[in-house]
Amino acid sequence: MKILSKIYFAVILMFLYVPIFVLIVFSFNETKSKSVFSGFTLEWYEKLFHNRIIISSLVNTIIIAIAASVVSTVLGTLAAIGINSMRKTPKAVIMNVTNMPIINPEIVTGVSLMLLFVFFAARMSFQFGFVTLLIAHITFDVPYVILNIMPKFKQMDPNLFEAAQDLGCSPVRAFFKVILPEIMPGVVSGFLMAFTYSLDDFVISYFTCGSTSQTLPITIYSMTRRKVSPEINALSTLIFITVLVILIIKNIVESRSAKRAASFRGERA
Amino acid sequence: MKKLKFFSAPYLVWMIVFIVVPLLMVAYFAVTNDSGELTINNISDVGQYANIFVRSIWLALIATAVCLVLAYPVAYSLSRMEKHKQGTMLLIVMLPMWMNFLLRTYAWMTLLGNNGIINRVLGFVGLGPFKMINTSGAVVLGMVYNYLPFMILPLYSVMEKIDKSVIEAASDLGCNSRGVIFRVIVPLSLPGITSGITMVFVPAISTFIISRMLGGGSNLLIGDLIEMQFLGNAYNPHLGAAISLVLMVIILVIMTIMNQFSPDDQVLI
Repeated sequence: MKILSKIYFAVILMFLYVPIFVLIVFSFNETKSKSVFSGFTLEWYEKLFHNRIIISSLVNTIIIAIAASVVSTVLGTLAAIGINSMRKTPKAVIMNVTNMPIINPEIVTGVSLMLLFVFFAARMSFQFGFVTLLIAHITFDVPYVILNIMPKFKQMDPNLFEAAQDLGCSPVRAFFKVILPEIMPGVVSGFLMAFTYSLDDFVISYFTCGSTSQTLPITIYSMTRRKVSPEINALSTLIFITVLVILIIKNIVESRSAKRAASFRGERA
Repeated sequence: MKKLKFFSAPYLVWMIVFIVVPLLMVAYFAVTNDSGELTINNISDVGQYANIFVRSIWLALIATAVCLVLAYPVAYSLSRMEKHKQGTMLLIVMLPMWMNFLLRTYAWMTLLGNNGIINRVLGFVGLGPFKMINTSGAVVLGMVYNYLPFMILPLYSVMEKIDKSVIEAASDLGCNSRGVIFRVIVPLSLPGITSGITMVFVPAISTFIISRMLGGGSNLLIGDLIEMQFLGNAYNPHLGAAISLVLMVIILVIMTIMNQFSPDDQVLI
């Protein structure tokens, strides 16, 4: 039984990884064939780095992701603090609306924002592009920030904030000294989640970007629609390696801090 | 803490303008025509596409069922591994999900093609070629491949919390291994099952990328239909909004059904 479950696990891992490895292998293929490997080359990587459209959409994606995640973190943190101090009913109503972009299919969120932007574009003569894209990204990012922060308040003593003020802190200072440090882990994970969702988003961007401001996923999409060049394989390889490195670093950092915490606890005991 | 309520003001404005108003616009567009008159024609026109709705629901249901069957043993053996192994193995299982989903779907395009690798390999053994791409099977495969991690993760996080001694107690009290699985583990992992189902079903029923890349032109899904009304040749935002509205209702119904099965304190997402 044990062996059987190990074999099963290995088969599932193969199912998950074989397509990606095939993509990677063919990024080094001499010809454009997607099924016959004829010889090794780095030509596609070179072409990729000289591909203006890809580079500019990559830069665009990063700018959008940073801007959207920073704005949504600030907006979401303030929102979570405010929502937390509300009464039960308004709190429930707001949280239900906040959940909408998460529960709704992405295509519905994308289409609804597109309708809004079309409405304003017709009346205020602006065009789809960077601004609409940024607004759309902030809109689907903020709920994730709020949902990451809200549980932190449950762990916090609600009297701390008032205690700090009783002891002479101004409300602003009490906020920075007491509330913010308590919810910080939620803020950080919310920020990271917003950032990765922004980097990766295709569907909502597709409906809100117009023709001027392309992001990398949108460029990838148009590449798969045309006669495909192995540049897309080279791009996949680079993205895969980047993700792999980031996750390995994250894992090492986490296990180290876990060990440190464990040894710290050991010392105290 | 009362003053803190106002911290959420900027977000509340944002929420109303960019979440509530756009969804209301979808509803408004769905029940009006180009000259702004109220009409139910859009909604009734959706009936013409009943076959596409049936196909989308059917394919999404198959993909969800396959995901559940494939993911359940994976999540279970993950949750029974030694603690220090679990983190690394979970990382390995989730890693492909971090790669852009267009690239993952593109990988299957090259694998399943008529001259693709799978047909080449089968050709060596004297089989095929089989027509795999541009079939509904390829669409289901794409859904399973892309959304399998969405099923594994919630299942794993529920199973990981199942106390080992509960399982031991069941077998001590005379339960055989089948009994342990169906009378202890499955009931205890029910919240994970329901949230896994929604996390796979919602993106699967609303996708337009997977059907376009792997299904050719002949396997239109609801997502394709909506996309065509907003960005395609069939430009008709009123019909598109009506279809989106119907899609939201279908998902709402499914989620309500799912909520019946999970304990009251568990919130889906």
